[in-house]
Amino acid sequence: MYTLTRPILIFLCLGVAALVLFPLVGSEFYVGLLIRIMILSIFAISLDLLIGYTGLISFGHAAFFGIGGYTLAIFFQDADSINFWIALVLVLSCSALVALLVGWISIRASGVYFIMLTLAFAQMFYYFFFESPDFGGDDGIFLFSKPEILIGSTSLIDLEDEHNFYYFVLAWMVAVYLILSMILKAPFGHVIVAIKANESRVRALGYPVQRYKLVSFVIAGTLAGIAGFLEAAHTGYVTPAYLGWHESGIVMVIVILGGMGTLFGPILGAFVIVLLQDFLPNFTEHWQLLMGGIIIAVVLFLPKGIAGLLYRLSNRLFTSKEYADVSQNSGDTPATVDVREQSL
Amino acid sequence: MSEVILRTEGLCKHFGGLQATHEVSLSFERGVTHGILGPNGAGKTTLINLLSGELAPSSGKIFFKDYDITQATSDKVSRIGIGRSFQKTNIFADFTCFQNCWVGAQSRLSSSMRFIRPARHLREVHRRTDRALQLCGLAERRNIQASSMSYGEQRQLEIGMMLATEPELLLLDEPLAGMGSEESLKITELLKELAKEHTLILIEHDMDAVFAVADRLTVMVNGAELETGDVAQIRNSTAVQEAYLGSSEDAA
Repeated sequence: MYTLTRPILIFLCLGVAALVLFPLVGSEFYVGLLIRIMILSIFAISLDLLIGYTGLISFGHAAFFGIGGYTLAIFFQDADSINFWIALVLVLSCSALVALLVGWISIRASGVYFIMLTLAFAQMFYYFFFESPDFGGDDGIFLFSKPEILIGSTSLIDLEDEHNFYYFVLAWMVAVYLILSMILKAPFGHVIVAIKANESRVRALGYPVQRYKLVSFVIAGTLAGIAGFLEAAHTGYVTPAYLGWHESGIVMVIVILGGMGTLFGPILGAFVIVLLQDFLPNFTEHWQLLMGGIIIAVVLFLPKGIAGLLYRLSNRLFTSKEYADVSQNSGDTPATVDVREQSL
Repeated sequence: MSEVILRTEGLCKHFGGLQATHEVSLSFERGVTHGILGPNGAGKTTLINLLSGELAPSSGKIFFKDYDITQATSDKVSRIGIGRSFQKTNIFADFTCFQNCWVGAQSRLSSSMRFIRPARHLREVHRRTDRALQLCGLAERRNIQASSMSYGEQRQLEIGMMLATEPELLLLDEPLAGMGSEESLKITELLKELAKEHTLILIEHDMDAVFAVADRLTVMVNGAELETGDVAQIRNSTAVQEAYLGSSEDAA
C-alpha cells in the first residue's frame, strides 16, 4: 500500500538528479557530508518501515546500525583488503540474525514495553562492545582500507575515491527506497499496514500477526545493518556510539520530522537535520536550543512532517485534476483515494 | 438431522471469580441459522469470543467438524472457515471500503509473505473483494474512506470484511447493534440472504430480527444455557419468558 502522487514523484526524481550532479560542482566537504546524510537516510527509511508502517516503535534501532558496522570491523580489522561481496553477505546475515533474536523476544510486548525492550537490547549491545577489549572497547576499531568490489579479478569501482563512494551510497539509498516501496505494494505490505491500523482485527481475519511483525522487524534491522556497514566503510572506524541510545533517538527524530509512513520523508528529514547541524553553529553558540525549537515547531504544526507539508503544497498547486485522475484509477487498485495526505 | 458443524462440550470461562460461561454444551448444524438470546451479562459475547479463538476457555472443548479447535487462536479459527463480525465496529477506519475488504480477501492466500509482485495484480483477491462488497451492499461505496461513512454502513462493512474471507460458518455478534429501523431492515435482509448459503450463529438483542432470521434458538442466562429449541418452542417456553422475555419487558 504505497502510492505517490505525480508531483511528489517528479520532485523525488529531480532530487535524485540533483544528487547525481552535485559532485560535479560541490566541494569535497559537502560531498562527504552528503554521504553521511544518505547513509543516515537508509538508516531512517528502514526505521520508517517499523514506526510508520508496522506500528512498531523501536527505540533501539541503532543496535542494527552498530551490528552492521561492527561486523565489517571485526571480520576485517587485520585484513589487508576487504572483499565487498564477502563483507556484504556477513553484514546481511549478522544483522538479520541479531534482528531475528531481538525481534523474536521484543514483539511479545507491545506499546511502551516494546519500546523499553528494544532500548534495553540496544544498550546491552552498547555495553558489550564498550567493555570488550577484543573488539576495541570504548576506542572502537579502525579499518585501513575500503571494500573492493571485485568481479572475477577486475575491480568494478574504486571506493577509495570519495566521488565513487558517493555514487555507491546514492545507489544504495535509491535501491533501499525502491525495495521498500516494492515490499509495501506487495501482499506483505498490505498486511503490515493493516496491523498498524488494527492488529486484533487483522488476526481475526486469519493472519498470524506476530510472524508478520517479526519479518518486518528483521527486514528493517537488516537494512539498518547495511547503513552501519556503509558508515563504517566510509569513516574507517566504528565505536560503541554507533549503537547508543543517542543514535536511536536521532534516527527517530529524523523519521518523525521527515514524516512517518512516507518512506521518502525520512530521507528529507535526514537532509534537514544534518544540514541544520552544519549551518546553525555559524549563527549562534546555542544552536542546539534553536534546533530543539525547530523540531518542536515541526511536530506541532506539521503533523505529517516535511513529507506531509509537501503533499499539502503539491495538492494546492495541482489540485482538482490530480484528484480526478487518482479516483478513476482506484476503481481497480487498492490505492488510496485521498491524495491530500497519504494515509496508507 | 443434518450434519453438526460446530459443537461445544462443557465450555467454561471465568475471569477471576466471575463465571462468564458455565458448562455450555451446544451443537450447531450445517445450514441452520442458530440465534443466541439472553439478557445483558448472559455471556453471549464471551461465548462468541471463545468460539472464534479470541479467548481461550478455562475448561471444556470446541469441535469444528471433527477438528478440536479448543486451543486454536483467532487467526487459525478464521483460516479453517469460521468468520466473525464484532459487536463494536472493528474496521480499518483510514482505509477505503475496498481496502477494508481487501485485507479480508487477501487472507485466503496460502500466505501473504509475498514481497515482490504488487498485490493489485492478484485477480483472485480482487474477485473475492468485489463479491464481498456486492454482498454487503457497499459496491457503490468502494472508494469511500470507512471513517467517513454512516454508522449503518460501517456495520455493513464489518460484515463485508468477514464475508471477504469466504467463511463457511459466520459468527455474528449483534449485527444490528445501535441501528435505526430502516438500517436494521436492510441488515436483516442481508442475513436472510446469507443464511441461504452459510451456517449462521447470531447473537442479537433485536427480538424481531432473531425471530425472523433464526431457525433454532438458544437462550442463555448467567453464562449457562437455559433452553434450546425451534422458534415456536422458545416463544412459548415459560422458563424463557420468566428469565428473559419477561425481565426485558420490565426493563423496558
